[in-house]
Amino acid sequence: MGTRISGWVKLAAGLAAVSVFLAGCAPATPPAAVGTETLTVMTHDSFAVSESVMAAFEQHNNVKVQFLLSGDTGSALNRAILARESPLADVFYGVDNTFLSRALEADLFEVYNSPLLESIPAEFRMDEHNRALPVDYGDVCINYDKAFFEERSLAVPQSLEDLTKPEYRGLLVVQNPATSSPGLAFMLATVAEFGETGFLDYWRRLRANEVTVVNDWEVAYYTQFSASSGRGPQPMVVSYSSSPAAEVVFAPEPMDEAPTASITAPGTCFRQVEFVGILSGTPKRALAEKFVNFLLSVAFQEDLPLQMFVYPVNPAASLPDVFIRHAAAATQPARLDAVAIAANRDAWIEAWDEVVLR
Amino acid sequence: MRQRHSAAWITRVKTLGVWVAPVLFLGVFFFYPLAAIFRLAGEMALEQGLSPLMWAKVWRPLSFTFWQAALSTLLTVIVGLPAAYVFGRFTFPGKRAMRVLTTLPFILPTVVVAAGFNALLGGRGWVNLLLMRWMAVSEPPLQIMQSLQAIVLAHVFYNTTIVIRVVGQAWAQLDPRLEQAGRSLGASPLRNLWEVTLPLLRPAILSAGLLVFLFDFTSFGVILLLGGPRFATLEVEIYIQALQRLNLPLAGLLSAIQLICTLLMMAVYTRLAVRSGHIPLSPWLHGEGTRSPRGWRERLLVGGMTLVLIMLLVSPLVALGVRSITRLEAGRGERSSVMPGLTLDYYRELFQNRRLSRFYVPPLLAARNSLLAASGTVALSLPLGFLAAYGLARRSSFSRQMEAVLMLPLGASAVTLGLGFLVVFTRPPLDVRNFPFLIPIAHSLVALPFVVRALQPALVSIPVGLRQAAAALGASPWQVWRYVDLPILSRAVLVAIIFSFTISMGEFGATTFLSRPEMPTLPVAIFRFLSQPGGLNYGQAMAMATLLMLVCGCGIVLLEKLGTHGRD
Repeated sequence: MGTRISGWVKLAAGLAAVSVFLAGCAPATPPAAVGTETLTVMTHDSFAVSESVMAAFEQHNNVKVQFLLSGDTGSALNRAILARESPLADVFYGVDNTFLSRALEADLFEVYNSPLLESIPAEFRMDEHNRALPVDYGDVCINYDKAFFEERSLAVPQSLEDLTKPEYRGLLVVQNPATSSPGLAFMLATVAEFGETGFLDYWRRLRANEVTVVNDWEVAYYTQFSASSGRGPQPMVVSYSSSPAAEVVFAPEPMDEAPTASITAPGTCFRQVEFVGILSGTPKRALAEKFVNFLLSVAFQEDLPLQMFVYPVNPAASLPDVFIRHAAAATQPARLDAVAIAANRDAWIEAWDEVVLR
Repeated sequence: MRQRHSAAWITRVKTLGVWVAPVLFLGVFFFYPLAAIFRLAGEMALEQGLSPLMWAKVWRPLSFTFWQAALSTLLTVIVGLPAAYVFGRFTFPGKRAMRVLTTLPFILPTVVVAAGFNALLGGRGWVNLLLMRWMAVSEPPLQIMQSLQAIVLAHVFYNTTIVIRVVGQAWAQLDPRLEQAGRSLGASPLRNLWEVTLPLLRPAILSAGLLVFLFDFTSFGVILLLGGPRFATLEVEIYIQALQRLNLPLAGLLSAIQLICTLLMMAVYTRLAVRSGHIPLSPWLHGEGTRSPRGWRERLLVGGMTLVLIMLLVSPLVALGVRSITRLEAGRGERSSVMPGLTLDYYRELFQNRRLSRFYVPPLLAARNSLLAASGTVALSLPLGFLAAYGLARRSSFSRQMEAVLMLPLGASAVTLGLGFLVVFTRPPLDVRNFPFLIPIAHSLVALPFVVRALQPALVSIPVGLRQAAAALGASPWQVWRYVDLPILSRAVLVAIIFSFTISMGEFGATTFLSRPEMPTLPVAIFRFLSQPGGLNYGQAMAMATLLMLVCGCGIVLLEKLGTHGRD
């Protein structure tokens, strides 16, 4: 009888021992100094920053920065809006121009006229009241598999209209704008190119040309795209213009030429600008201001490309070599007014859903 | 007179007393956050008004949700029942390995399952490449990804283990004398199965079926990633409406409908379960009913079932493992299945913070955090589940209602619940940002129904006579529990523990709202890798997924060994 119970005791002891052992394996995090304040930054899941850059900020300002990674762009913003009465954080980073109006209408941010804003080009300063300050931008472009096109001596499409040509039948995979941020950006590019009524006809033709639609960037890139490790069937995927650089940076073997490239012809890409804002009602306004300035500073801006694979808005920040060689910013990205997007996005997505999926 | 009153009072207290802890737990951590979100949704609905278009958005997801859940459950039971028979009645070489391997799918994040399925069944996956070579065609013949077939297949992949463990456990403990009696009265084996065994197993089959159905009903990742945009279930629609559109009224409406459907399912289940009587038999505890397969028919069955399970459940796991040690050259135009080489680079890379990122996840730390959360979940859900199972065993009108209430967390929307957590738990001590126990609590909400479902059939099978005999011999209630109930329940307890362990490792439910970068877990780390391009990222995701499988597998083996003391 006694042995039966001792089995569970052994189990509990074993689990305790294992967890103590594993705790010992964890890298030691330096304890926060006495009197350090904590600043909470709410952001989307793709946020990344170098430890050294972050640590420099923390030490310089005697602060501990705690990050709340809250899902994708839309999810994070909506969570912040829902928690508006008792905010979960002090600063919110990651709202982009497709969602900007929603954030501003919800009165999510406080005004902050950062001194560093003067050096930021006007095209990025989409909020004249400076509640949302620009931090970085990325271009959503179609990435293509270079080897596939070379093998078949196929010309790379040079416009959105080209994608409906028969030689590209079944070769493109896009994401659902209802569930994916790059998917939404691509749909907005088609709206900018063909107009609010014309874009549906364009999608009808794309659908007739056997475009594949999936829900997420992960599925599109890693399951459907032929040039990724997933080795899928489609050689063209909606992704970011920096993705070829990421392929080089994260290649298992050093490579001097990226296996993919982006189509950056005029009107084929959509520029997503990301903003930061100080959440209304935060008790740590001074620290939040310092953090926002930090995000606009050259140190952080130069760290951006190799961490999040986006471009810095601060013109004083220089780009790393691998970016210059393998990633290409769009020369004339498609643009849509943020207010127009906010007013019509849901209706456009509904219409798109009817045309493409039903 | 007074003595009889107080005795009745004491029984009343005992009957209802067991429910205090589970009710409190559900009240604070389930109903309170849900109520908060429903209230918010109601307020927004009053402000904005309900448009009639909203109702149109309800029917399509609702009908599809039922359809795919019913289809998936049916197929899971069809695959799981013979497997449960094989596991419950026979011993064969590799049985323990098979049992662990068939449980592993349960813990895998959907994003990883999608990768595994793609490696096997994708347009350029191994199966298609083989078929293309055999059939000498240039187009892949198997177009499974992004379809209803993929959804159903993934559900079978995930949930067969539920049927295997719950029904297999009951089958193993089934007294074979009734079946033997049937045989001796001249019934053929098939008739025996149909008229004797299956009715005896009915509570277990219904329990397992209910769990599988509810999981499929609220399935999210599988529909989103493997089904694709053409398929929307209630859960997917709630996610889109709540988190992308911020249309909380519609999300609240859909969540309420989801809960009502869960209650409906519970009503159907109770109606079906009530008809099975409880025949008191002595349960066979130590696997006395299991034997090696005799004769070619039995060997064929065991071997065939093992093969089916390997193909369905194990092959994607193997595909993942192989992918984690294979060097694939991206974009080289290689369309064949040539594997350029095996490598441990991805594993090495896991242990390095090459990008010097603040958000680097050391694999051992992630494994530790996953294990800690899992231990917390087991420690929390097991006692609560015991209390609830005992409460259910004393059939009263209150317990019948509680049975439905207990299952609600499984049928509730994880998104709604998660948002509820964010809205209500914002002040210390129950602060979403800083209270680490919220994660095991959220896991326990999902694990509790499993624990109850695993324990309950075993509880009702305890012969009342044994308990009474022990009491008559002078045992206190505590001793009766410890020496009569617990040994009989030990196998069911093991099943319950393994479920709560695997549910926690797989991080089902609302935990995506609670994850914190200072305490990363393995599934979170895997997802992070797959959010950026690059062969190293993909390889590391595969490596971490394999690590998750290894950690979980070891955990399950350890639990099984300790639970059954090495005997089977």
